[in-house]
Amino acid sequence: MSTPAWHEPVLQQFPAVRWDGAARALIVPPELARAVAEWLTQPDHGAWDFCSNVTGVDYLPREVKEKSKRPDGTEEIVVRTEPGSLQVVYHLYSVAQRSGPLVLKQVVPRQAPAAVSLTPVWRSCELQEREVYDLFGVSFEGHPDLRRILMWDEFTGHPMRKDYAEPQDYEWEPTPHGDVLEKHRRGKVIIA
Amino acid sequence: MRLLGFGILKGMAVTLENFVRSYFDRDRRHHLFTKEYAWEPGAPAEVLPARADTTVTAHSRNFPILLHDGADPMGGIRCVACQICERECPPQCIYIEKDYDEQGKYIKRPAIFDIDLSVCMSCQICVEVCPFDAIVMDSQFELSTANRFGGLLQHRDQLLKSNEYYHRIHPEEARARDDRMAQEKAEKEAKQAAADAAKKKAAEAKAAAEIAAEKSKPEPSAPTAGGAA
Amino acid sequence: MSAAAATAAASYSLVRQPAMETGLLEVSMGPHHPSTHGVFRMDVRLDGETVVALKPVFGYLHRNHEKLAEGMSYLASMPFTDRLDYFNSMTNNWAYALAAEQLLPIEVPERAQYLRVIMAELTRLVNHTSLVGFFLNDLGALGTPLLYAFRERERILDLFEQASGARMMCNYFRFGGLRCDVPEGWLARARAVVDAFPRFLDEFEKLLCENEIVLARTQRVGVLSGAQAVNAGITGPMLRASGVNYDLRKVDRYGIYERFAFRVPLGSAGDCYDRFMIRLLEMRESLKILDAALRDIPTGPVMGNAPRVFKPAASETYGRVESPKGELGFYLIADGTTKPYRYRVRPPSFINLTVLEDLCVGHTIADAVVILGSVDIVLGEVDR
Repeated sequence: MSTPAWHEPVLQQFPAVRWDGAARALIVPPELARAVAEWLTQPDHGAWDFCSNVTGVDYLPREVKEKSKRPDGTEEIVVRTEPGSLQVVYHLYSVAQRSGPLVLKQVVPRQAPAAVSLTPVWRSCELQEREVYDLFGVSFEGHPDLRRILMWDEFTGHPMRKDYAEPQDYEWEPTPHGDVLEKHRRGKVIIA
Repeated sequence: MRLLGFGILKGMAVTLENFVRSYFDRDRRHHLFTKEYAWEPGAPAEVLPARADTTVTAHSRNFPILLHDGADPMGGIRCVACQICERECPPQCIYIEKDYDEQGKYIKRPAIFDIDLSVCMSCQICVEVCPFDAIVMDSQFELSTANRFGGLLQHRDQLLKSNEYYHRIHPEEARARDDRMAQEKAEKEAKQAAADAAKKKAAEAKAAAEIAAEKSKPEPSAPTAGGAA
Repeated sequence: MSAAAATAAASYSLVRQPAMETGLLEVSMGPHHPSTHGVFRMDVRLDGETVVALKPVFGYLHRNHEKLAEGMSYLASMPFTDRLDYFNSMTNNWAYALAAEQLLPIEVPERAQYLRVIMAELTRLVNHTSLVGFFLNDLGALGTPLLYAFRERERILDLFEQASGARMMCNYFRFGGLRCDVPEGWLARARAVVDAFPRFLDEFEKLLCENEIVLARTQRVGVLSGAQAVNAGITGPMLRASGVNYDLRKVDRYGIYERFAFRVPLGSAGDCYDRFMIRLLEMRESLKILDAALRDIPTGPVMGNAPRVFKPAASETYGRVESPKGELGFYLIADGTTKPYRYRVRPPSFINLTVLEDLCVGHTIADAVVILGSVDIVLGEVDR
């Protein structure tokens, strides 16, 4: 079964947009995201009127070993660091034409990640972009109400990031596996 | 022109009908009375309820138990402490330590097998992944305790229950499991027998071939063609 | 602020009586509240009894399920999917199994396909009866319709217990089929439940659909237009009540749904009454599917040839099903190991709440409860 080429008109209209064949997604630079989104909602460009899912993915920087040839013909292994990124993934469907999914990704750097909000185009992004902001730390320019949604307002940190370290003692409660039991065994704590 | 309030009256008629029929209609009455719990607090855990109308059925699952064959728990324990269930358990509620003899050799049984019931969510994945049919689901839930620290931590000896108990609480499942185990054992034995027979046959054939080779080998001392046998 | 809110604010100034110093009242509805369907909070700003602004507050049941799944194998996440929308564990399981089977295709045997449809439609019945019961509970019919609905739900939960061992947290679906076959006699018992169900629906309709109180309190309350709904990502019965014909069972045709003849009921007004009636009509359609599935189910295995260790190649996929609440989707990114790199649940209840403020503004606070009831949320899914 061949997947339809919904992405090709987008690549023609916006040359700065890349197609990632492995992930089957359009990589859209954040500054173009709003324009691409508005273009996509039009009936003759696919009528992508329904944004089903918005989420974030965290890629840490990683080392990639590659073989390359030196000028004198011998092979060497080059280690380069692939930069990490935070990706905001949008799954678009068309209710009018019953097609989809068309995947858009905004790829932003992990330091000061700033994407552009597509809430003015598809209102379904509103709560989901807030969740990406809360759990990944990506800020969305143009979002009507960007604040934490699932974590409490005073929380610091972004839990879904791959390098998130849990705090030692938030909401700590002694459990049978905790230090309290250990202390009880040593006779330091009386358990009534 | 319908009377205002007619809809409400119709609804009330339904309620009244339900009320009256609850005394006569078997279908309605089935779910009318409160069902009793299967186990009463304080009763021995091994005693199953005599009442048929309980909330616990032969299909309910709630918390795992370790199985042993025969009367002696540690003699017939099926668990070999392979630790697959510990690894696969989603909430990580199992803790196992292998048992070693005086020489330090691994004996196939667990020295420690702890399940933290406050963490266990009765998902039954440990049962699915166990290759030895050593752990199955119980249906007991009256396990509350006043000891907040460790009261819900069940140890190996508390978890060990006999295969007969398993047959009592989950007859269909236990029978199916026993049948499957018997079939697997029979297949294994047949395979072993076939392998043994094949090996024996191969050994015989090899011996026969050696004898034949010995016979057809020319005599080293035969000086001329057609020498003496 | 949206148009409705602006109108409400304007009307507020007309209503104001200079002699009495009135002001706006801020009420926090929840998280402990009998009508919020779980630990859910709404910060409501009231002018008398009229809602002027409403801000939902989420996160009271947030368990970071998505991060937990990154540390566990694919199979180990299956019991946790039960706990997302805890009323509908079977459809949650199916959504996850569907997405995982897109990552690593495994042929699902025929009997398993039929049983999946049967379980999903029984789950739809369970959900819609509970929803209708709770909806009427919120309206003030305290207890009676709810317990009539629960009586029917109990029968279906008994069926689930017989099939999977647990009433609610079934953990029944596996990649490539189901955990085990249903016990002997289960299909006959399911048939009995399905045959007895229409009588309950008739009774329910008689009880409530012409009830003047229900009509007065739900008609023209919380009106949502079709265009607004699609743009806000609303799915499920809420979308169809606004007149948009989009049912994933017909659009994606996942499983073997294309073999069953059923209609998709649509609402016309998009108000609470339509959302309530849609669920009753959908239950009737589910009964048709169940009837056909129980009749046509073949014998055979219920598990395909799944590999011993589920280790898909590095790829990503988005799989979605029509859960009773809406489009439940799983976005999985595999990286070639036994654990998913990214595991995302697209929760229908959460996204359906996008329009909550718009629906409630201009109505009274009592209507806010009714509107929230008609959205059909389960906090396990909203907060994950």
